[in-house]
Amino acid sequence: MLRVEGITQVFGGVTALRDVSFSVAEGEIKGVIGPNGAGKTTLFNIITGIYRQTAGDVFLENKKVTSFQPEKLALRGMVRTFQNVELFGAMTVMENVMVGLHTKSRCGILSSCLKLPSHLREERHIREKAIACLDFVGLAEDASLVAGNLPFGKGRMLEIARAMALEPRIILLDEPAAGLNSRETAELGALIRKIRGSGVTVVLVEHDMELVMDICDTILVLNLGQRLAEGTPREIQENPAVIAAYLGEG
Amino acid sequence: MGSERTNLLKFLLFSGSVLVAPVLFSGGYLMNVLVFVGINTMLAVALNLLLGYAGQISLGQAAFFGLGAYISGVATATYGLNPWAAMGCAAAIVGLIAFAIGFPILKLKGHYLAMATLGFGIIVYIAFNETVELTGGPSGLTGIPYFTAGTVQFDSDMKNYYLIWGFALMTILLSVNLVNSRIGRALRAIHDSEVAARVMGVNARLLKVQIFTLSAVISSVAGSLYAHTMTFISPASFGFNFSVELLTMVVIGGLGSVYGSFLGAALLTLLPEFLRTFQDYDIVAYGLLLILMTMYMPGGLVRIPAFVSPILAKIKAGVGKHA
Repeated sequence: MLRVEGITQVFGGVTALRDVSFSVAEGEIKGVIGPNGAGKTTLFNIITGIYRQTAGDVFLENKKVTSFQPEKLALRGMVRTFQNVELFGAMTVMENVMVGLHTKSRCGILSSCLKLPSHLREERHIREKAIACLDFVGLAEDASLVAGNLPFGKGRMLEIARAMALEPRIILLDEPAAGLNSRETAELGALIRKIRGSGVTVVLVEHDMELVMDICDTILVLNLGQRLAEGTPREIQENPAVIAAYLGEG
Repeated sequence: MGSERTNLLKFLLFSGSVLVAPVLFSGGYLMNVLVFVGINTMLAVALNLLLGYAGQISLGQAAFFGLGAYISGVATATYGLNPWAAMGCAAAIVGLIAFAIGFPILKLKGHYLAMATLGFGIIVYIAFNETVELTGGPSGLTGIPYFTAGTVQFDSDMKNYYLIWGFALMTILLSVNLVNSRIGRALRAIHDSEVAARVMGVNARLLKVQIFTLSAVISSVAGSLYAHTMTFISPASFGFNFSVELLTMVVIGGLGSVYGSFLGAALLTLLPEFLRTFQDYDIVAYGLLLILMTMYMPGGLVRIPAFVSPILAKIKAGVGKHA
């Protein structure tokens, strides 16, 4: 589904990522973990076209998508969420999800201005779909609230609903459990399983080890910008190099 | 954003008021001012699409207004083209210019975008002044014909009022439709988080250029309307000051509100007329009013109900206590 080959990223004199390669199989939940500063978010930003890497390639369904713009990747079924929750704060919960349906609709400026019948039909369709997406994450009751006023946990759920509206093939979640309490984290775990259940491949960067070990099929460990290990949760937990990196050597 | 029905009702109510307004002010010189309110409404709504919805500033709107006016003026007064055809040509040319400069300019953000659009405005202003053979230079261009439709010539304030407000109402209706569509949502999304909008598949760069172009085209049409109702134009009307005045209208009226732009345009166009009583101090009163409004009503005129209702509630509560 997703293959990353030899990604290197240099910021000024700092090498944030050095020759990182890994692949994600269709339908799996892949965890990316590592101590702070390991380059996890940088890796996400490169895969999703927000940064342009110094070297290396990204393949989506065996098609080279290196340095594709985010909007182009969205059309190919790749979507992501953000560590710091990037909602459209001034818009309602419903409208946020409706923006997620942007690629599923095509009325342009002219037909929107003139309110052509095709536009009205499409609007109705967008509304129905948006409600279904809100239902999926359990936010249907909050549809008319302004997104910026949502409590943090619900904001995270909204971001996932918005991403799922795109009907992605693969979703990348950047620390989805950060700032959530234990009940919300458990709900998130169930939601991620539900997402995979609907046929979407999941990649997540996460610090909550309990969650990662619980839901991931395979895990990639980064340390100081390099690939340290990859394997099943059990393999990773028993890997001496991983233990050393987390606990500090010597 | 309001439902379909309230949007339509609002528009019909507004159109009705526009239709009967001349009955109340007929004959007075106020009619002439109301014509300008119409033109400024078009310009403010156009700028609001860019600034209030897409979140992109432009300090060069007066240039597009001026280009519309001058292309229309020169094409008719010098080359004898029909005013309607001239208006169409002007809109097409200005649209192409805006689309071409939009790509490099809208890569910039915030202050840099403000500077770039400001620079464009100044270049165009200088061009109006310096190309004397074509534009008449600083002393202006005269002999621009009125619009005609069949045997009717739009040569009075009353006729021009209905002509211009026809266009202004159309601008308002199309803009309200646009901002409540998928395009409008994408624009507001870009405003709130451009990176998230792009991740959702919104081609932010192209959409910003398209809105910039639409805004320029509306301004150009307003410019043509201005030229053919005034029949005389000079560069002074299209300078930096006017760009800032348009920006003020949008902010005072309320960012991200189409009707707010009308309120802002109406206030800033009518205010100088009412402040005449202060004679030499009118500009001081004008400035003071703007400062007070931005301090106490940052949401703009359109948020007045939201601003007043808590005060009323407090008064009511106070009365209740004493009773």
